Amino acid sequence: MKNTDNKRFIPRERNWHPPAYAPGYKTTVARSPRQAPVSLQHPSRSELTGPNFASLRLGPHDNDLLLNFREDPALAGQAGLPIGERIVMFGRVVDQLGKPVPETLVEMWQANAGGRYRHKKDQYMAPLDPNFGGVGRCITDEQGWYHFRTIRPGPYPWPNDINSWRPAHIHVSVMGPAISTRLVTQMYFEGDPLIPHCPIVHTLNDPEAVDTLIGRLDMARSRSMDYLAYRFDIVTRGELQTYFEPGATL
Amino acid sequence: MSQRPTLSQQPTHGGCVLYRETPSQTAGPYVHIGLALDVAGIPLRDEEIWSRLATPEADGELIEVVGTVIDGNGDLVRDAFLEAWQADAHGDYQPDYALNRPFNSFGRTATTAEAGSEWSFTTVKPGRVPAANGKPMAPHINLAIFARGINVHLQTRLYFDDEGEANAECPVLGAIESPTRRQTLIARREEGANGTPRYRLDIRLQGDGETVFFEF
Ligand SMILES: [Fe+3]
Repeated sequence: MKNTDNKRFIPRERNWHPPAYAPGYKTTVARSPRQAPVSLQHPSRSELTGPNFASLRLGPHDNDLLLNFREDPALAGQAGLPIGERIVMFGRVVDQLGKPVPETLVEMWQANAGGRYRHKKDQYMAPLDPNFGGVGRCITDEQGWYHFRTIRPGPYPWPNDINSWRPAHIHVSVMGPAISTRLVTQMYFEGDPLIPHCPIVHTLNDPEAVDTLIGRLDMARSRSMDYLAYRFDIVTRGELQTYFEPGATL
Repeated sequence: MSQRPTLSQQPTHGGCVLYRETPSQTAGPYVHIGLALDVAGIPLRDEEIWSRLATPEADGELIEVVGTVIDGNGDLVRDAFLEAWQADAHGDYQPDYALNRPFNSFGRTATTAEAGSEWSFTTVKPGRVPAANGKPMAPHINLAIFARGINVHLQTRLYFDDEGEANAECPVLGAIESPTRRQTLIARREEGANGTPRYRLDIRLQGDGETVFFEF
């Protein structure tokens, strides 16, 4: 086992992340702890290690949502394409020091072009798309790059306020090198007029934090007559080496 | 096209550039589409990460760990998604995940109405892992909880009620000031199906008996 004894991660900035209790997003009211979290001052291997999925066998279309779903899986990649605006979502996973995070698992899920999720519990009146599932996964390359080919998801209504709509978004999950770096977030789309109206976006207190969640239209990487590209870089906690024995005082 | 930078820089001492971590957002009610396909009703891919961490061939005692997630109103949370990270029976983490191994340190599960709103893992009782100061911690499973209404996933630990001596000297349990609150992390052994011991832990997100959550 790799020696983790002198390793630590830069602490999470609590006011940069959304608070647990954010009453504008009503479901947080009964699901947010009231007690303060207990801080582990000297993390152990339990916190400083995490799973590595480099040898998980991914399917050939796992990062291609245009091809990876058919109601009959035997037809995957052979029937029609999903409805919607063809896009590529791509970016780099780096740590807070700017170092690439290679060989890490990036997973994503999203609604279809009409704003409907392929989920037993989604009852929204927009139709399911027979050619769209809405799930992707990939492993970052040695420079931390990932990409997915998909369609732009539609906005959808949800029961929070009388008339709440989620801006178009893609849910993103990143493992990083340890369970300390585990991160689940959402990418929004540049220019979406629903972003400033969203109670979930508003759980973030800092407008700059919101800005970092907005995928940028990248015309240079878009392909003529094919797809638009949106870039979303992801920053995981920085890994530092410390120079003193854990627990030692100066 | 926007010229704004995509990353935010944090002010630091010493002049080196430090980017801010990407902020968390809730995993939402449809987390299963991405991370628990079976629960969403989506056909499985060739290899899926799920709730069996160990097969009977793994070293150690095969066990089941189960529980619920309960909100501040006392109601069962039916759309929670959990991840487990634990050492093997010898106290070593096995980071290289491969489905053909008898033991993996990582697993995923979810609470669903169909399963009585319970989550469960099949695994082995973990061995003792050293704390940062080298002293052994009590056997434990690290749990992360994600759900609609949880903005940043919650981190906790599951300990075992038949490890009283190890629990009493565990530095992490000891770091919890309130002895009453320590009890919120201790799973109780009960009679399991077909002879496999089962440990149960209910996770309370808020209020009476609120589970201890950690930051690290
Ligand atoms: Fe969503």
